[in-house]
Amino acid sequence: MSFQDTIQKAQATGDFQPLVDSIPYANYIGFEFQRFGDNVIFKLPRNIDNIGNPILPAIHGGVIGGFMELSAAINLLMFMDTPLMPKIVDFSLDYLRAGRDQDTFAECQVLRQGTRVANVSISAWQNDRANPIAIARAHFLLAKK
Amino acid sequence: MNITAQQKAERFISVLRHCQLLGLEVLQAEETCLQMRLPYSDEIIGNPLMGIIHGGALTTLMDTACGTACFVAVEGMELCPTLDLRVDYMRASEPGVNLVAHASITRITNNVVFTECLVKQESDNTLVAKCTATFMRIGPEMTPPDFRGVIETGDASIYMGNEPLIKTKKKKGES
Repeated sequence: MSFQDTIQKAQATGDFQPLVDSIPYANYIGFEFQRFGDNVIFKLPRNIDNIGNPILPAIHGGVIGGFMELSAAINLLMFMDTPLMPKIVDFSLDYLRAGRDQDTFAECQVLRQGTRVANVSISAWQNDRANPIAIARAHFLLAKK
Repeated sequence: MNITAQQKAERFISVLRHCQLLGLEVLQAEETCLQMRLPYSDEIIGNPLMGIIHGGALTTLMDTACGTACFVAVEGMELCPTLDLRVDYMRASEPGVNLVAHASITRITNNVVFTECLVKQESDNTLVAKCTATFMRIGPEMTPPDFRGVIETGDASIYMGNEPLIKTKKKKGES
């Protein structure tokens, strides 16, 4: 099955696991998600291979960024009517505290979807959702139907 | 201690596990600028339809390049955590092509280091992404002796062990 078909099948059935499984980078960092009706929580399980600071140790900031960017793209595919993988245009990431060597979670909010561009804000946390380790916002180009 | 900017940069990234797994390599390091390569790999594709490297791997490349540039540029052995990172993706990189980050220090103050970075295709210098990143200065006294030792001697084994580095196998269903 082509990647395009995988996206369409996920959107038709609501089962996005095969889609996530088909993205090599998702596999590379260990990306997971869980849906709760119209809500979804993305998860980056503790993984020694994602460490970028051996002293604390802490997750590499780039991996946290990649996790959040991927969360935003999957979130758009889940809840917006976009037939292609959204293309990232820009990404702005604020690191609030070190990402410790433990499970990390993320949730997304689509602040606006226009005809061509979507604005998504993403928050990532570890122990306490109210105290994020990083917040980000991203613009994605959406493919037309 | 008498080490070159190149050695300081190479030893710095030698203990960053995720960067070693990605195969990040310092091509050139000077006092205020640095070039770092991300080799192409099928494992880091974000869009299988077109074989494009995921933005996350680019973010890691840019964060590491700018952060390493800070470590080299600031005197002594001061670690600088990232405060923020802003990336513009100009175009998708071509499949099979290595990427090179060109990071430079814009300004160093007592508390903050400002940096910029361009990512280009190694083959033809096509601009792929651009980033501005800001780093905090936390003082050289925050750097533990073990880490200093790595930079002084080039021996990464205290953090990385002596075994060859291989990616941990993902156990399906375990989380």
